Amino acid sequence: MTNEVIRLENVWLYYDGKPALEGINLSLYRDDFLGIIGPNGGGKTTLLRALLGLAKPSSGRITILGEAPDKGRRHVGYLPQRSLFDTDFPASVMEVVLLGRLGHTALFHRYSSADRNAAIEALKRVGMLEHKDQQIRKLSGGQQQRVFVARALASDPKILLLDEPMANVDTPMQAGFYELLESLKRKMTIVMVSHDIGVVSAYVDKIACLNRRLYYHGTKSLTQHDLEEAYQCPVDLIAHGMPHRVFEEHKDQ
Amino acid sequence: MIDALMQYEFMRNALWAGLLAAVACGIIGTYVVVKRMTFISGGVSHASFGGIGLGYYLSHYISWMTPVIGALIFTIASALGIGMVVRRSRLTEDTAIGIMWSIGMAIGIIFIGITPGYIISDLFGYLFGNILIVPTSDIIMMIILDMIIISVVVLLYKEFFALSFDQEFSTAIGIPTERLYLILLGLIALTVVLLIRVVGIILVIALLTIPSATARQYTHSMKNMMWLSILVGMASVIGGLRLSYELDIASGATIILFSGALFMVSTIFTRLRHRSRAETTPAE
Repeated sequence: MTNEVIRLENVWLYYDGKPALEGINLSLYRDDFLGIIGPNGGGKTTLLRALLGLAKPSSGRITILGEAPDKGRRHVGYLPQRSLFDTDFPASVMEVVLLGRLGHTALFHRYSSADRNAAIEALKRVGMLEHKDQQIRKLSGGQQQRVFVARALASDPKILLLDEPMANVDTPMQAGFYELLESLKRKMTIVMVSHDIGVVSAYVDKIACLNRRLYYHGTKSLTQHDLEEAYQCPVDLIAHGMPHRVFEEHKDQ
Repeated sequence: MIDALMQYEFMRNALWAGLLAAVACGIIGTYVVVKRMTFISGGVSHASFGGIGLGYYLSHYISWMTPVIGALIFTIASALGIGMVVRRSRLTEDTAIGIMWSIGMAIGIIFIGITPGYIISDLFGYLFGNILIVPTSDIIMMIILDMIIISVVVLLYKEFFALSFDQEFSTAIGIPTERLYLILLGLIALTVVLLIRVVGIILVIALLTIPSATARQYTHSMKNMMWLSILVGMASVIGGLRLSYELDIASGATIILFSGALFMVSTIFTRLRHRSRAETTPAE
């Protein structure tokens, strides 16, 4: 028995008759922190949706902790891309975080005290406990994003999927948000998707590039060739103040 | 109006009908407003006209058939129809709604036209409502529909909350959002039937949106929003009925204008309140 938590075997997925994912193979192990970069429309969100069982592959197989995605997703915490959220919605922070427990609560039942405790624990982890009775729409973009991470953590997941987590976090809040990600590292398997190479490369352990095909070597490096093939054009390797090197030194062949 | 209430059964029934309708539209209107389902509610209510026409026509041949039963069948069928067509085909929701909306109306017009001995005032009653001729049997039906709506919302409160807040996330954690959405559409259909008697098909949207939109200005919790919209709806019914009685004008329309006036006054009031608060506390 290995520690494999996510496995994709030759996954093809068509969306409106066009291929969105082409022959994806991927194995992730316990406490991996994978960053996936790639151009917009390259299938990053589709890949996360497939892992959650929201999009069905036309061929190939996905297993989450040895189960099909729609079963395995009870171990998965999910931070969707933010455009879906209506910020004017009348809800308190606590009500939002409790939603993360719904997959574990029986239909027709009220939230139990265990649910409430888990929500409070999750709020503590993201440092938002003091705001628990506040209106979600009164919070800043960065604070709201923390609440949504808490919602993903409320189910005590073994896997965390983050879709463009920085999209609505204003620059001064970003450092704090990275600290939060840092604190979750090696406590669970994390897959983070972003179109921003700099953001991803600074914090993840392993990096992949996705543009319908997945370029991944199980390491924290991609070759220039991978990137150019994924982005279909020469890629500017100078990322903004990147503390780590994403690309291996290239030697002339 | 108090005298009239004591004296005439029709006034008592009108008041009961209005209050019972306010309960349903306070609860369901809250979902319509926060989940932005106004257009689909309009589609369902107009499509119900087909059921009214069919019921009106068949009531001459089948003893248990009434226009309201026809409307009940048509609203539920059109609500679920729109919900399922959108999920299973490439039709967008607003197109599906537009199709149902107009086909329902057309069916209604045809059937009412071919019904022997049809009276034009009946047609007007369904289109614009006639709360003053609500029979006791309709009051009983309204009580039953209210009880169904309340029990379903109590049982599925957190699931509906999740569905309205973030459908994608809810599906991702394994909530049967598709079925829940259809159930919610079914409840909208029941509410539409409840409201037809009071304000008529064309004005149903008003009572599904105005009280909840007013309530939303005062609360940040969905539960409180429901309670408050029920109260606002009831105030609109009582105020509108009274005004229509005093001035001898159409009751359904007066109820709507009364709730519209409440909304506008409340909007101005909240604006002023926010402004004065912003002046006293300069920085947050």
